[in-house]
Amino acid sequence: MAYTEEELKKELETKEYEYGFYTDIESDTFPNGLNEEIVIAISKKKEEPEWMTLWRLESFKIWKEMVEPEWANVKYKKPDFQAISYYSAPNKKPKYDSLDEVDPELLDTFKKLGISLDEQKKLAGVAVDIVMDSVSVATTFKKTLAEKGIIFCSISEAIKEHPELVKKYIGSVVPQKDNFYAALNSAVFSDGSFCYIPKGVRCPMELSTYFRINQAGTGQFERTLVIADQGSYVSYLEGCTAPSRDENQLHAAVVELIALDDAEIKYSTVQNWFPGNKEGQGGVYNFVTKRGLCEKNAKISWTQVETGSAVTWKYPSCILKGDNSIGEFYSIAVTNNYQQADTGTKMIHLGKNTKSTIISKGISAGKSQNSYRGLVQVNSRADNARNFSQCDSLLMGNECGAHTFPYIEVKNKSAQIEHEATTSKIGEDQIFYCNQRGIDTEKAIALIVNGFSKEVLNKLPMEFAVEAQKLLEISLEGSVG
Amino acid sequence: MLKINNLHARVEDKEILKGINLTVNAGEVHAIMGPNGSGKSTLAAVIAGKEEFEVTEGEVFLEGENLEDTSPEDRAHKGVFLSFQYPVEIPGVSVTNFMKTAINESRKAKGLEDMPAKDMLKLIREKSELLEIDRKFLSRSLNEGFSGGEKKRNEIFQMAMLEPKLAILDETDSGLDIDALRIVANGVNKLKSKDNAVIVITHYQRLLEYIVPDFVHVLHNGKIVKSGNKDLALELEEKGYDWLKQETVI
Repeated sequence: MAYTEEELKKELETKEYEYGFYTDIESDTFPNGLNEEIVIAISKKKEEPEWMTLWRLESFKIWKEMVEPEWANVKYKKPDFQAISYYSAPNKKPKYDSLDEVDPELLDTFKKLGISLDEQKKLAGVAVDIVMDSVSVATTFKKTLAEKGIIFCSISEAIKEHPELVKKYIGSVVPQKDNFYAALNSAVFSDGSFCYIPKGVRCPMELSTYFRINQAGTGQFERTLVIADQGSYVSYLEGCTAPSRDENQLHAAVVELIALDDAEIKYSTVQNWFPGNKEGQGGVYNFVTKRGLCEKNAKISWTQVETGSAVTWKYPSCILKGDNSIGEFYSIAVTNNYQQADTGTKMIHLGKNTKSTIISKGISAGKSQNSYRGLVQVNSRADNARNFSQCDSLLMGNECGAHTFPYIEVKNKSAQIEHEATTSKIGEDQIFYCNQRGIDTEKAIALIVNGFSKEVLNKLPMEFAVEAQKLLEISLEGSVG
Repeated sequence: MLKINNLHARVEDKEILKGINLTVNAGEVHAIMGPNGSGKSTLAAVIAGKEEFEVTEGEVFLEGENLEDTSPEDRAHKGVFLSFQYPVEIPGVSVTNFMKTAINESRKAKGLEDMPAKDMLKLIREKSELLEIDRKFLSRSLNEGFSGGEKKRNEIFQMAMLEPKLAILDETDSGLDIDALRIVANGVNKLKSKDNAVIVITHYQRLLEYIVPDFVHVLHNGKIVKSGNKDLALELEEKGYDWLKQETVI
């Protein structure tokens, strides 16, 4: 992609202008608390059509009647939902004037991840000069996508520009009343991504690789909607390997995927939100609802690498509605220090000859608790459904925990369900063996962990996989004395 | 090459090595024999720097340098290699990847760049031929599902790759059938040179028919109770360790 400096500057100038458009709302943040007025005000700020406002209000009404779930194997102080501000305009003001002011530990991590200086500045909230701004790169990619009829924009933009699609699909996979956090998200979602791949189109690039930086600050209540029309294919990347030190403690995102007949969606996530410090203070609560719907012969693959957040509550799921549809879940969840993760998947087999695969790798270190919770459900009409589940846990040290909660509900005799689980511990013997070959302990752990996670790492797009591998190493640094 | 002075070591409260003295020069092959529990494997682990064992007295010198405060990985970088009696499994890590990491870590310690992929491949090809190792074997997870013989052959393959100054083979013959034993011994013999040294720890005389030692030491109850040439191994085989126990009652 040849891009002259001149073009770049021009592009950025126009970008500046666009920013100017938002100036008047930039500084305002809503007062704490949540009520109907706030919901209406959010919708108004975002200049949404009436149907969207009503949808939010309906969600709010549902949420008010719900109670926060307690069944997950995590312990935390429940957030005070009236003490949160539900709208804060994107803050353009840089936090720092130069990299010298940024926490050196954070910079060190950036360096290890191989993140460029400019990206580092963006991620740490440092003012950026006119350089390779990803926003402008994004714009050119958008052009390529538009030629194929692919829509890829923010959900706010989609609500305005493509209301028919949003109206049809939003809440169709994760209904407003699905759960406490999904209802909350539906009422107050801040922004997120929207993606539509037209019939028979194969998306020519991994979506969102180039948007990494922009994604970093999407806020507390992210809403993502991906629609793959008949026979189309898309690979979508979410998240960022760089540590995001978000000030928001509560994150409650909703992701909905719709794979129509013969379509395929590959959704990869790397999550590395601030996990709290070594004493377990601070850190993000990550309560996410992710679900995909497969129509006939469709396929949805979830791949996730979860290393961040103090508390994670997340079950990317597949509803295998259409005959011959396929659902896959590949997950690596790492917990260290005082982190807690309760994560897994749900595979709901409704159609005939539906297949699902679950590979879950949990790695616990420090004093952390790591739980796999998964449901495989085969309904009465789902003839010849097949599932294979494998849950492996790796423990480091004596103070962490690994738990597996597999739920299986089968209502059709022709179903074939396999479940395998292992628990292992990184042993002193393994470490010594590596040491003896000249590999120091940190590197040895990285090697063992990467080997353990290989089946899942292999499912990630190449470029992401390399970053994820480094991320695993960093997350577990210093976890074996 | 290696000089051990009055080495005492214990694990928890149990003293296992009770004053070992041993000198190994470059170009020599030493065999250490002895009954179960005499301290053979402990001696190997202590030389390699395993922290589980506490050295309470005495020193280990490698090329004149006291290894007291040297970590296991640094000892490896200085040329100490231990072929394990029970090699551990590392699932998901291929033999090739493991060796690549090991070689590059050693190079890094010496201030060298990573070995170029081309050279690495050449080295792997050369050494796997030496040990009659099928190339497919190298892409398997380290020791996972390996037979006893495959594990041991893999240890010697690693030794060949790392080209150590001092190689300690801890019961490399156990679990080997006669063909594998021949291949492994052949590999060791080809790697032998005037610049390196080998310590062969074994229970039986069998391996010593293939790797002929210059010296044989008998370890009993944490001490070397008898040293001699290769004939001592034959004598032991014939008379058993009980003969020694009687002879060395103090």
